[in-house]
Amino acid sequence: MSETRYTEQHEWVRVDGDEGTIGITRYATEQLGDVVYVELPAVGKAIAKGAEGAVVESVKAASEVYAPVGGTVTAVNEALGGDPAKVNASPEEDGWFFKIKLTNAAEFAQLMTEAKYLDYVKGL
Amino acid sequence: MSNTEQNLHRTPLHALHVELGARIVPFAGYEMPVQYPAGIIKEHLHTREKAGMFDVSHMGQAFVHPAGPGADPARALEQLAPSDFMGLKEGMQRYGLLLNDEGGIKDDFMATRLKGEPSLYLVVNASMKDSDFAYIGERLKGQVRLEPRPDRALLALQGPRAGAVLEKLSPGIGALAFMHVTRAQVAGIAAIVGRTGYTGEDGFEISVNGRDAERLARALLCDPDVLPIGLGARDSLRLEAGLCLYGHDIDETTDPAEADLVWAIGKRRKLAKDFPAGDKIMGRVLNGTAKKRVGIRPEGKAPARDGTDIATKQGRIIGRITSGGFGPSLNAPVAMGYVETAYAANGTEIDLMVRGKLLPARVAAMPFVPHRYKRGAA
Repeated sequence: MSETRYTEQHEWVRVDGDEGTIGITRYATEQLGDVVYVELPAVGKAIAKGAEGAVVESVKAASEVYAPVGGTVTAVNEALGGDPAKVNASPEEDGWFFKIKLTNAAEFAQLMTEAKYLDYVKGL
Repeated sequence: MSNTEQNLHRTPLHALHVELGARIVPFAGYEMPVQYPAGIIKEHLHTREKAGMFDVSHMGQAFVHPAGPGADPARALEQLAPSDFMGLKEGMQRYGLLLNDEGGIKDDFMATRLKGEPSLYLVVNASMKDSDFAYIGERLKGQVRLEPRPDRALLALQGPRAGAVLEKLSPGIGALAFMHVTRAQVAGIAAIVGRTGYTGEDGFEISVNGRDAERLARALLCDPDVLPIGLGARDSLRLEAGLCLYGHDIDETTDPAEADLVWAIGKRRKLAKDFPAGDKIMGRVLNGTAKKRVGIRPEGKAPARDGTDIATKQGRIIGRITSGGFGPSLNAPVAMGYVETAYAANGTEIDLMVRGKLLPARVAAMPFVPHRYKRGAA
């Protein structure tokens, strides 16, 4: 059974066992506009919670994507190379960025639940 | 002056932008639409394919009137700009560079001589209009009377369908050729219409009284070929067309020689050298400059933004990108910037320093997308 949690920087992480899948939210893609390029981390790279994990480039600007939880990168979404527009079309499914093996499950518990995140976005 | 949201200006089309679902951002002291719900890529491609309507009412419009009998606004303006304005024919527009005393570029602008009118009509950049108008007014005191027209709005209609669309609202206007300008009625509204623009496409810029702007915009948007286009696509369109953005690709630290804008110096002016720093600039045109503005095509898909360092294949920094992004029509990143002149030839292999990594690129000819202006038979 997986659960998804959110950050104030509009990343999401869906954890199943000790593996988390990371991407950016619909709200984030609406703010960014059309995504034209995603720079993904190398598989095997260790990323601390809050460190830069990826870079997403829209027509207008580049934005960093921070790891909501720390761990080691186990997979990246290679499909974004050929079709970065997947991030806009399906930000929380097909448009995922990378997967990470969590080093500390407590970091996940500190993140916002979906209900909390939706409230947070409403206040922006 | 603080630039808080409270003291941002709004154009006469602000309510329409909001109604159309625009994302509004601060730009040059105005609340401007950066994109509409279609998004920058669709807006960009639609403009190249059909027609896009842009609100550019933030730009500075002014008339330069003769100060008295015998005074000539064109002759006066030539003291501050290297264009041949005295040779500008009635009903035509010409690109100008406002120069400081050292030959640095204070702004770029368009000047128009309307048929039967003694004054010149100027359109300058939004971010520079206050400074430009103060400079012109002060430097040409006693020769001209500058009349800024903040009451006027400016709409651009750009794209291959622009001529057919505007013809329906202003019969006969389709015959106007590139860089020609006329007063006309558009949808029953008194307008100054120029066949010009900032996208590389055929199209028009239409100046009307601010209170008529929304009626004109709605008339244009009624046409199924026309979509509203935001500043985001305006920037990607002009970059693909190789057109300079003031404050990025040209500024007071660059002159017309290194900016590769020598074509904006009139033939007569090149010989007479009678413009600010004329001797110096013509010397630099003749002998070459240390750096030069060039087009750049990064390999792969990663865009390289304004401020990115440019290096030789051996790793020596030779310049900097001044405009960079993604070109939707090319489906690839595009940029322009300045490099040492030895590296300015098309095809030269260079590296771009993007986030600590070397991104291979080549110097490339501009425009990246061919211009499709409707030039006259002449």
